Amino acid sequence: MRIKELTCVQALNEALREEMQRDERVFLIGEDIGPYWEGAFKVTKGLAKEFGVERVIDTPISESCIVGAAIGAAMTGMRPVAEIMFGDLLALAMDQIINQAAKIHYMFGGQLKVPVVIRSPFGIGRSMAAHHSQSLEALFMHIPGLKIAVPSTAYDAKGLLKTAIRDDDPVMFFEHKICYPTKSLIPDEEYLIPFGEADVKREGTDLTLVATSGMVHKALTVADQLAAGGTDVEVIDPRTLVPLDKDAIIESVKKTGRLLIAEEDCKTCGIGAEISALVAEEAIDYLESPIIRIAEPDTPIPFSPVLENYVIPDEEAIIKGIEKIMS
Amino acid sequence: MPLELQDISGIEEKTLTYLYEKMLEIRRFEEKVWDLFGRNLIPGTLHLYIGEEATAVGVCANLRVDDYITSTHRGHGHCIAKGARVDKMMAELLGKKTGYCKGKGGSMHVADSSVGILGATAVVGSGIPIAVGAGLSCKLRKTDQVVACFFGDGASNNGTFHESLNMAAIWKLPIIFVCENNLYAMGTRISNVTAIDNIAQRAIAYGMPGVTVDGNDAVAVFRAARVAVERARKGEGPTLLECQTYRHKGHSRFDPATYRPEEEVEEWMKRDPIMRLRKKLIQQQVLSEEEANEIDKRIMARVEQAAEFALESSYPELEEALEDVFVTGR
Repeated sequence: MRIKELTCVQALNEALREEMQRDERVFLIGEDIGPYWEGAFKVTKGLAKEFGVERVIDTPISESCIVGAAIGAAMTGMRPVAEIMFGDLLALAMDQIINQAAKIHYMFGGQLKVPVVIRSPFGIGRSMAAHHSQSLEALFMHIPGLKIAVPSTAYDAKGLLKTAIRDDDPVMFFEHKICYPTKSLIPDEEYLIPFGEADVKREGTDLTLVATSGMVHKALTVADQLAAGGTDVEVIDPRTLVPLDKDAIIESVKKTGRLLIAEEDCKTCGIGAEISALVAEEAIDYLESPIIRIAEPDTPIPFSPVLENYVIPDEEAIIKGIEKIMS
Repeated sequence: MPLELQDISGIEEKTLTYLYEKMLEIRRFEEKVWDLFGRNLIPGTLHLYIGEEATAVGVCANLRVDDYITSTHRGHGHCIAKGARVDKMMAELLGKKTGYCKGKGGSMHVADSSVGILGATAVVGSGIPIAVGAGLSCKLRKTDQVVACFFGDGASNNGTFHESLNMAAIWKLPIIFVCENNLYAMGTRISNVTAIDNIAQRAIAYGMPGVTVDGNDAVAVFRAARVAVERARKGEGPTLLECQTYRHKGHSRFDPATYRPEEEVEEWMKRDPIMRLRKKLIQQQVLSEEEANEIDKRIMARVEQAAEFALESSYPELEEALEDVFVTGR
């Protein structure tokens, strides 16, 4: 099997290219994704040239209509992939996402479907302050009808995006900006990663560390560090939040008896809150110590790098949490 | 606006009769719905289209079965005009399993994908971007289908209106934006929230034609929509078609509409679109009095059958509440 090393941006680009080659119903729509800028983070690089501006459509700055147009096209036989330049800007399209995309299949009794993918870069790491740094994935977990992918590696990003495009339901596809330059080995052969299958990024026996997206990389660094001191951490990356691979998390907790969740979103009603409740409901008897959530402390994201670094949990915060659980 | 209908010359008799029949079907359907609601047989609320029938029928009479519409909370008329069946609609309004949406949508959310009804959305202004998407899809698939997007005067002040008309214009999408200006957004008079006389004036800002017509004149709407539909089908782009009309009832079933001056209501009642067309058709001998009555009788029977069908239908099984959240998986 031939393999090559690609960044997350390149892997996403390859997924889009392959899906557009495979299925002429697939088209891209968003702000500055076309031949002039090729996406704010270059995910759509070269695609307008290859497929034409009819299929890689630059739009006005109209997020609500970008998503709405993608929904309408999806309802009438197309497979749109909309790009919202920053996750924060999804707020401008909330009615279309929450009240339309998520509800159309149900509300109309299953007659219509909305096979749309809404991609959005998100998260901290570039001192972009309060309007370009949020992690809003958990908001969407609260809306029945949306699937949510949160890849952490280039390999997962490619396989999950291809699955998202082929899925008949609306998919929110969150790409963390700090994951963009990270690299994976990508096989030349086509592969898809099914939704609802967590990936055990590192096996371990002492503690279950569930981490998502950008936090996965920090979690793996921590796990390697602690291994030297004799603590064997299992790192689980859910990869999709909806559907959530509950079994993988529960099974791991049953094995380790300890759970820490590392997430970049705000702590209140965050991803970790849901996973904690799940484990409390289904595996509390296996827990040897209280669950700990390492998360953003319910503030907007500040600009100054020192402040940004302070609110976003780092490796040290994860280590402290693990030490507390293990003590 | 005159009391008499505009000229009906040059329109085929079968089209004129069709306009009359379809309007009557909407009217009789909603009168029955009003009656069932009063007897507590319809849950929720109702936003009746009575008085505005000429707009939906005049527009949809120009559409093919494979053309699309998007509709609103006041959507019964749009759906019937586009070809929805009154029995499945009635069942939906009663929350029955046999309804269009298996009882999950109700009055504000009727859809029939088999005749291009992409569904009624009940957030004001939310259907306009979806119509843009349907239009974009027609263009990308290189079909000559068109989209009629219905919305009210209230929606024309929502941001989606601006985003959508601009997008449709730059890409020359095959869409007819049909603004039903019934002068009130709930209880708010249009002149209190809009500084221009006609909403169609806004079209110039987007670079598309804007036309204002008497929305209570089915023939006038039909003619204006025909031009817009032909333009869209030829790939020449969208049109903003403002139909000035009036609802006979309140905003919803619970609204006595006391905010409207009595004289205004009386004036508009005299311009009832069905009465006006009937008078004209009889005057011009397109229909005889008897033929017109015969049509009404036939429609009443169809609506009665629809009500019986709905009343006799079962409610959904409880576990159906958990189905259709996703197409695949859960």
